[in-house]
Amino acid sequence: MLLEVADLRTYYKTSRGLLKAVDGISFSLQKGEILGLVGESACGKTTLALSVVRLLPPAAKVVSGKVVLDGQDMLILTEDEMRAVRWKKASIIFQGALNSLNPVLPVKQQIAEAILAHEEIERREVEERIDRLFDAVGLEATRKENYPHEFSGGMKQRVMIAMALACNPQLVIADEPSTALDVIVQYQILELIRNLRDKLQISMILITHDLSVVAEICDKVAIMYAGKIVEFGDILEIFEKPKHPYTQALLKSIPKMEGARSQLSFIPGSIPDLTGEVPACRFYRRCPYGQKICEETEPRIEEADGHSVACHFWREIVS
Amino acid sequence: MKSRPASGIVDLAPTSSGWGVYARSLGNFWKVYRGSRFGVLGLAMLCFFVVEACVASSLAPYPPNQVSQDVLRPPSPMHLLGTNEVGQDILSQVLIGSQASLMVGFAASAISALVGSLVGLIAGYYGGLRDDALMRLTDIFLVIPALPLMVVLAAVIGPSLFSVILAIGVVGWTGTARVVRSQTLSVKELAFIESSRASGGSDFYILFNHVLPNVAPVIFSNTVLVIANAVLSEAVLTFLGLGNPNMISWGQMLQFAFTSGSVTSAWWYVVPPGLSIMLVVLAFSLTGYSLDEVFNPRVRKI
Amino acid sequence: MDTEYVVKKVAQTLATIFFVLTFNFFLFRILPGNPFALLFRGPGFSREAVNLLNAQFGLDQPVWVQYIRYLENTAKGNLGLSYTTRAPVANMLFPRLMNSLVLLLTANVISIVIGIVLGIVSAWRRGGRTDLTLSASTLLLYSMPTFWLGLVLLFAGVVYFGLPVAGMTTLGANLTNWFDYVGDLLRHMVLPGLTLVLGLVGQYVLVMKGALLDVFTEDYMITARAKGISTQKLLWNHAMRNATLPIITLIAINLGLTVGGAIQTETVFSWPGIGLLTYQALLQRDYPMLQGCFLVIAIAVILANFVADLTYGYLDPRVRTG
Repeated sequence: MLLEVADLRTYYKTSRGLLKAVDGISFSLQKGEILGLVGESACGKTTLALSVVRLLPPAAKVVSGKVVLDGQDMLILTEDEMRAVRWKKASIIFQGALNSLNPVLPVKQQIAEAILAHEEIERREVEERIDRLFDAVGLEATRKENYPHEFSGGMKQRVMIAMALACNPQLVIADEPSTALDVIVQYQILELIRNLRDKLQISMILITHDLSVVAEICDKVAIMYAGKIVEFGDILEIFEKPKHPYTQALLKSIPKMEGARSQLSFIPGSIPDLTGEVPACRFYRRCPYGQKICEETEPRIEEADGHSVACHFWREIVS
Repeated sequence: MKSRPASGIVDLAPTSSGWGVYARSLGNFWKVYRGSRFGVLGLAMLCFFVVEACVASSLAPYPPNQVSQDVLRPPSPMHLLGTNEVGQDILSQVLIGSQASLMVGFAASAISALVGSLVGLIAGYYGGLRDDALMRLTDIFLVIPALPLMVVLAAVIGPSLFSVILAIGVVGWTGTARVVRSQTLSVKELAFIESSRASGGSDFYILFNHVLPNVAPVIFSNTVLVIANAVLSEAVLTFLGLGNPNMISWGQMLQFAFTSGSVTSAWWYVVPPGLSIMLVVLAFSLTGYSLDEVFNPRVRKI
Repeated sequence: MDTEYVVKKVAQTLATIFFVLTFNFFLFRILPGNPFALLFRGPGFSREAVNLLNAQFGLDQPVWVQYIRYLENTAKGNLGLSYTTRAPVANMLFPRLMNSLVLLLTANVISIVIGIVLGIVSAWRRGGRTDLTLSASTLLLYSMPTFWLGLVLLFAGVVYFGLPVAGMTTLGANLTNWFDYVGDLLRHMVLPGLTLVLGLVGQYVLVMKGALLDVFTEDYMITARAKGISTQKLLWNHAMRNATLPIITLIAINLGLTVGGAIQTETVFSWPGIGLLTYQALLQRDYPMLQGCFLVIAIAVILANFVADLTYGYLDPRVRTG
């Protein structure tokens, strides 16, 4: 087991109260697996990612829970120890590479500093490694002298990927890596990620709101809603036999290319305000099957054959 | 990164109901504004000064223009803030002086706000050539140093109350123009503008009934800060001798203090008027910044 | 450097200078009593002087001819005759400008250095004691007129510290020793310099802090932190490299405000610079001199802005490589 997250809770302090962005999340990741983390905007996916590498903004805090990466408990490390772990064990690719690279430094320098922060190697070796990384992501090695603004969106994302792999990490977290790109480039980036995973056997957490992206390259999927995981399992299982109403609604809302034309379905309403009163099952207000018990009692996570779901009525819904 | 929650603010979300939105949100607005301690302090100071200016004549122990034999006396029970070089009571002058200083501040800011808003609205709403031309003009006015420009303007018109007001007003519109233009640009993109256009609303109608109500809060908060600046400018211009020597204002008092050579001897002549200016400007600034926070949630608290 | 950027800046600068010149020309014409004519028929001007000015500025000719003549003359450095000294306006401007620069540059350099240091401290320990004290004092200092600060310092400095009450050097002192001269100069610079610095520092602190805080929230800062590099590298290579760019813009903007503060400070301390000259011209209703001062000050600020723009363009790679 590469990564184990147990009952993680990360809360933000805001002027309107405590925002429970991540409220009791548990999952695990094997070596070489790609886990897809799916959910709407502001469901806590990014907060979850930042909690794992402890890069939260000052207003947020991990209140309780465990994050064990490669046998090490991340949450008890000091900041200095954390700095040694970051990038070397787990690296992160952010969404919107538009601004994720420092505009005033050449990209070579940015990758080099990541390498040199963790390894004692000579300049020449660093250069060679950067060349190889560029090659692996499909960029010309000569472009490493350029500044970020001289790259297109897709190429910047490739630079980010190259940088994320620079220290041979065991885990790569990709937060919406293709969202800010156009469809064709999106596909290329996903292809690239899949190839790299195949070649390097890296484990990944792929965060996205787009189920079709998940379908492309993930092995397992965790569906997140309002700070909680509502369904978790193997990708084929989830797509063919979804158990949670939210998952079903998500799958239904993907427009189909084949078949008769039908109206686009969508999920009415929006994510509850997590600082205020929330029903015990967060999805209650938007759920077509919601009953009184959903408002009062939080659904237990029930598991069968590696497929878990948190819903009172999943058996009834499936049948 | 975008999923970070914003801190609590008044949701004056632009709606299509134009001016009506204000009637409803006034209570809401006060609730949020009240939360800023400095904002409330600033507002309280403001009220104090405005009230004081209104009742100054009754408060003043002596007629401010009344000369006497007690020349350059330090503070005493007879004259709480001492006397100036012709024996006038300084406390009375400070009290009365607030009238001119505040009045010029308001008047000049009105001009700046009007000109700036017009420029900003037209530039933001119409875009294109008008926008380019107006923004070039704004840039030019921004680069030319303000005080020398005001000095030359006021000098040429001839030292007087009017020239001071005009000079400050004509030079101070650029900040408002920029802010209004930026707000207009974002309001312009909203859906109800499109629909109003589509249903045949004239430009003027849209500007007045849809754009302006949503831009007004920003104009308001910006103008408060403009007034702060205007009060400062009035002080400087009258100090340099461009005001009406017969009108008592704080800057005018300091001008007499300076030209009569009393500065190194009579601190009671120098400190009260300047302190008053500072407190009034502080009051407007605090209020203005707090208003900014309320209306523009993305302003970071400094 | 990106040529488009340079060309744009040059065009803007020229346009602004042109605007100022034109503004200057018409300002004195559109007012009642035709002070424009007064500009060249000042009290006490001799017949020959008046005739000469007539010829040079074409005062009996139509407006547009006068305009052309005015532009030509200005380009040649002929700004008319001073009412008070009857000497060419241009003669006094340059030496006075130099005196102003001595004071202004010193004050600005000190303010920038202190401002940057304090700004970094404020941003790094946001909400800490230093930060709050600085913010409060900056707000207070910004709320007081510069000249009043000068007056207060003048009082305190002269009465309690025995500093000179006016001027740039002690009158009548025949200081041949260079060392003594600089010492005397510095003693005279303390109060006006302090006035300017107190007025300026706050802004540099605020902008440095603001720029750093802006940078701190940028995505690339999170990326940098995620890479696990040292805090020092984080601050210098990433934060500062980006944050110093707005400082340069501020220096440019400040030039305009500094000039305003300079006029007030030079007046209060009788520092013989171009600010004091402006004040004196104002008092004496010496319109040609006043106009000349305005022109020189405005153009100096415009040119300084231009240089700052070019410097920024060079330092920001996004602009440099286009």
